[in-house]
Amino acid sequence: MHVNAPAPTEEEIRSVVTPLASLEGPLLPMLHALQDVYGYVPQECVPVLADVLNLGRAEIHGVISFYHDFRAHPTGRHVLKICRAEACQSMGANALAESTLQKLGIGWHDTTANGAVTVEPVYCLGMCACAPAAMVDGRVVGRVDDARMDRILAEVGA
Amino acid sequence: MKIFVPLDSAAKALGADDVADAIAREARARGLDLHLVRNGTRGMVWLEPLVEIDTPQGRIGYGNVTPDQVPDLLDGRLNSLGRVEDIDWFARQTRLTFARCGVIDPLDLDDYAANGGLVGLRRALTMTKAQIVQEVIDSGLRGRGGAGFPTGIKWKTVSEAEAPQKYIVCNADEGDSGTFADRMIIEGDPFQLIEGMAIAGLGVGATRGYVYLRSEYPDAIAILTRAVSIARQRGLLGPDVLGSGRAFEMEVRTGAGAYVCGEETSLLNSLEGKRGTVRAKPPLPALQGFLGQPTVVNNVISLTTIPVIFERGAAHYADFGLGRSRGTVTLQIAGNVKRGGLFETAFGLTLGQVVNEIGGGTASGRPVKAVQVGGPLGAYMPVEKFHTPMGYEEFDQNGGLIGHAGLVVFDDSVDMLRMARFAMEFCAVESCGKCTPCRIGAVRGVETIDRIAQGDPAAIPLLTDLCETMKDGSLCALGGFTPFPVMSALTNFPDDFATYREAAE
Repeated sequence: MHVNAPAPTEEEIRSVVTPLASLEGPLLPMLHALQDVYGYVPQECVPVLADVLNLGRAEIHGVISFYHDFRAHPTGRHVLKICRAEACQSMGANALAESTLQKLGIGWHDTTANGAVTVEPVYCLGMCACAPAAMVDGRVVGRVDDARMDRILAEVGA
Repeated sequence: MKIFVPLDSAAKALGADDVADAIAREARARGLDLHLVRNGTRGMVWLEPLVEIDTPQGRIGYGNVTPDQVPDLLDGRLNSLGRVEDIDWFARQTRLTFARCGVIDPLDLDDYAANGGLVGLRRALTMTKAQIVQEVIDSGLRGRGGAGFPTGIKWKTVSEAEAPQKYIVCNADEGDSGTFADRMIIEGDPFQLIEGMAIAGLGVGATRGYVYLRSEYPDAIAILTRAVSIARQRGLLGPDVLGSGRAFEMEVRTGAGAYVCGEETSLLNSLEGKRGTVRAKPPLPALQGFLGQPTVVNNVISLTTIPVIFERGAAHYADFGLGRSRGTVTLQIAGNVKRGGLFETAFGLTLGQVVNEIGGGTASGRPVKAVQVGGPLGAYMPVEKFHTPMGYEEFDQNGGLIGHAGLVVFDDSVDMLRMARFAMEFCAVESCGKCTPCRIGAVRGVETIDRIAQGDPAAIPLLTDLCETMKDGSLCALGGFTPFPVMSALTNFPDDFATYREAAE
């Protein structure tokens, strides 16, 4: 979606984050807001956040890179998360993930060549009693077998 | 015609939205007067989507409904499960914390109040701080997040601390595989969490609260955010809680995918907008927590149990249980199991009863090999330990821990060396990096297990020694408890480690 979008300007970034400046501990809400807008946290955000919060750039970079959620690059048009945690493993999640990645010809965190989907690992979606589980753009799917995964991949145009 | 279709994300993951759409469409086509309620789940995930039709005889359940069964459902031609309350799996439970979950419309505050909601808060509003804290101590409630620390004692410390601002922080960073109780109650009965936090605020003198909810739960975030705004509009939150003149305000915050943020000090750092690294204790969060102020950090299930204790009385709650484990435990039966879901019961059932009688054995039909209890940091219990009663001390004596009471069942196809390796790998990925035993130990752990897999017998004592170091030297439970799954796999399932050795020899 955002692959070809121009880099955000400082003004744009400020307009996203300044409404949140009065919160107690505002940095995570700001980063989520930026990722909601751009699909990832563009590098241009770092100096702006440092200025708004009166923190060092290294500090901001440290926070962004600590959390799995915040991406440094745009994703494909859809994001498919496949659960790799124990409950899903007990129901064959490893084989499911392997065959899915193989079908798409990509690795974890990669995007398909047509830009349709990025596949990410996730550790637990709370679907442990209907494993294995996956999430497509925020929509959870339980008891995912190969057939169900094929339908998901077809839906997202992979 | 009143029909209930759960909006719980596990039900949705199994097609509940499509079923709800089909019911609405079919009812419109037939000109039926339909009142469709999207309730929480009853916890019987194995029956989801579980549709209920309200009748003079009670709410009649239909399990695993698909959209193409909807015409038959409305014609009364679909086989029913009878009254939902009479389904054996449900009838055997003691639903205290989850009494309303699956029964009411989660976002209908009047429905909540009509079913026992707000009784506890109104009672707490007539009590002094000391009386509120004493009530929690008397209930025997222990932190349901995993550590099992007495909730009342934690509240007492915060209550007696002097500070300009105190906080209630709800730990809803339910990252443990095999656990979904927090998600389920937030999606199914969010006002109960809000009520519990308000009571906590009254008890310790805190006027602000935060729920740190993991980003992997978008449905729970949406529902709780809606519930908080309704509670604010209706005067349950704000400067004048239920007209008492006392203030309590709260906010929902979203996590960012770091497992370690389920640890309370790391959670507090994250809430402050920092890297989610663990803080050394002392100082205790109860004295210097969020922004350095006295803070109660409680798990979702602990806080949602508070209204029950105040509604029914501490003695009523403490009457359930076993030894020093009082009240109910919300078992989450998951993984390779026939009848998985949330089962709330008094402490004391044995592990074997839970897995075989309630869970019905494996979904694959193969024999059970291991059950991991308490999440990724919990021990793998072999079938020989199925006599262990569900209780904090009882599990401890048998080399395990209850944690958040999630159980993940594995059949005999599981390779325990691979699971031990995964535990170390997970610790390496999720380590916050603050302490060396966890940051370096987990990486060395993966390498050492790989050596065992390649047939190096000298690596086994090395792994044991490494686990000792991690256990004794780590700052928090991530590094400190990763040895539980690793060592339990090694000691309870030596064959899985020996096979590789022999194969190599």
